[in-house]
Amino acid sequence: MAKKIYSTYPMVKYLRKEALPTALCPGCGGGTVLNAFANAIDGLKIDPRDLVVVSGIGCSAWIASPYFLADTLHTTHGRAIAFATGVKVGLPDKKVVVISGDGDLASIGGNHLLHAARRNIDITVILVNNFIYGMTGGQVAPTTPFGAITTTSPYRNIEHPLQISETVAAAGASYVARWTTAHVYQLIESIKKALQVKGFSLVEVVSQCPVQFGRRNKMKEPAEMLHWFLKNSVPISKAKDMSPEELEGKFIIGEFVNRKRPEYVDEINKLIDEVQGSFGLRGD
Amino acid sequence: MRYPFPTGKNDFIQGNEAIARAAILAGCRFYAGYPITPASEIFEAMALYMPLVDGVSIQMEDEIGSIAAIIGASWAGAKAMTATSGPGFSLMQENLGYAVMTETPIVVVNMMRGGPSTGQPTLPAQGDIMQSIWGTHGDHMLIVLSPSTVQEAFDFTIRAFNLAEKYRTPVVLLGDAEIAHMRERVYIPHPDDVEVINRKLPESEEEHKLPFGDPHGDGIPPMPIFGRGYRTYVTGLTHDEIGHPKTVEAEIHERLIKRIYGKILGHREDIISYEEFELEDADVAIVSTGIVSRSAIRAVKMLREKGVKAGLLKLHTVWPFDFDMIEELAERVRKIYVPEMNLGQLYHLVKEGADGKAEVELIPKIGGEVHTPMEIAEKVVG
Repeated sequence: MAKKIYSTYPMVKYLRKEALPTALCPGCGGGTVLNAFANAIDGLKIDPRDLVVVSGIGCSAWIASPYFLADTLHTTHGRAIAFATGVKVGLPDKKVVVISGDGDLASIGGNHLLHAARRNIDITVILVNNFIYGMTGGQVAPTTPFGAITTTSPYRNIEHPLQISETVAAAGASYVARWTTAHVYQLIESIKKALQVKGFSLVEVVSQCPVQFGRRNKMKEPAEMLHWFLKNSVPISKAKDMSPEELEGKFIIGEFVNRKRPEYVDEINKLIDEVQGSFGLRGD
Repeated sequence: MRYPFPTGKNDFIQGNEAIARAAILAGCRFYAGYPITPASEIFEAMALYMPLVDGVSIQMEDEIGSIAAIIGASWAGAKAMTATSGPGFSLMQENLGYAVMTETPIVVVNMMRGGPSTGQPTLPAQGDIMQSIWGTHGDHMLIVLSPSTVQEAFDFTIRAFNLAEKYRTPVVLLGDAEIAHMRERVYIPHPDDVEVINRKLPESEEEHKLPFGDPHGDGIPPMPIFGRGYRTYVTGLTHDEIGHPKTVEAEIHERLIKRIYGKILGHREDIISYEEFELEDADVAIVSTGIVSRSAIRAVKMLREKGVKAGLLKLHTVWPFDFDMIEELAERVRKIYVPEMNLGQLYHLVKEGADGKAEVELIPKIGGEVHTPMEIAEKVVG
């Protein structure tokens, strides 16, 4: 059965077949993200040889490493963006993409996320936000909704979630968008835009973890979680006129920013030209 | 290539400056760092020089990000370095292990200061010897070099890059606050006279397929750097020869880790370097590394003047450690003294090597001052 799917699925050409089937749980949103990413790459006709994908630790880090057939760097917990910074500076002509989860990129790695956005380095981050630490057994995350049940907030979560897209937009990224796994076409289009934007781009994908999150929060079935996303998604244009109370528990979807700002690697090259020119080293 | 500093002549510079210049001559074109005393001048020099040699120097948000960035840059094909001191070095430990596991050539400079914790930021110490060897978790193997002069800081930096590239491994250059800030005469060679080793890239089909295998039987697989179409999968998880994660197969884990051990330990003779002073007829020996060796050399001269047959074994490579050489030494001498700026680290390695064949005595000193020659000599005289 699995083999048949892989022979008829058009995006299989981008996957490491020997690593399939994936280790993702049935109903996981990770497959949707992988599919959306592959479709975006396909749509833009990007040769996977011109792509380096970097990930950290956790379920979402596995979406691209090992499954995506490109140069992939599966790094330490939280540090994917810092590793990707070195890769991008070393290979400025390649597309460098980070695909990892909310715990990885927004908790332990939150500072790297902020500073990469501030530097506006030309890296695309696809941040899969499933509100939970899935791989380790369903512990509370900095993205877990207020009141939700997790294994380390067994009574209820008393903390409020970090608004990742809003934070990264404020930090200075060129492009920021949020969608859910129930908005696949919009997601593909946003990933395509993010890959084309010169500068730091973030696509936050609200994704379902029925096994570790849904099961403990009255949404055991993957479809229940997708319905939850659809029912509570608010387009950013509409959200602008809503009060914080009205927005409680909602997912604001759409493009937060799409703007031209000086990009880090460009600035490095400008500096090199400028400095070498002033020392008379150019043209040697 | 024109260099932004004079070459083929002597200069009078700080250890930190010497390390930066040596790194550039060794081919380093990516530096990532975070400010910390007493290593900041390495970063400052790199920030000044790198744009002039088409290189990049970036200030990361912390030391964890710094070592992550240089590992990323190394996979992008660049020779890369970071420099720090104790607190930063502690933060780097996890990714140092990642570099071991993924066989990534990088150079990490640790200019030791008094610790633990914030300790004595401006003063030298040798409290990180064991950490530099065993700081990261799990079974691992890497190379640690320790200079005792500014010239050695320069020379060993070049050697650190060459060893990193040759053996696809992280190399730690273990200096201290004294080496960092001391100014001495250094010979900066002409670039044509600098031996520069570059990593091997895969050439054959077999090499392409086994980026973490052993296609040549020396334990060192060519490195399929990114952007060349290899589509390499690199992970810190236990992986097979192709690079795929294999986390529960005991034999794959054992094969991988033993190869990583073997590629270093199997080339001990190439990697380990040391110098001997007056050891031929010695009946007491001093074994030291780093800054203390300077006082130890003087102590040997003082002792010889007093008629004591003392000699010195000055270790340039701290790890891998030549236990056999120490055993041989222990068979020839009555007693071995180990002066070091900590409460006993190198001492334990020497004691293990001596294996009871000679008495081994520690001469510890902490607080931020290097042993005086007299302090060492007096201990030896007893």
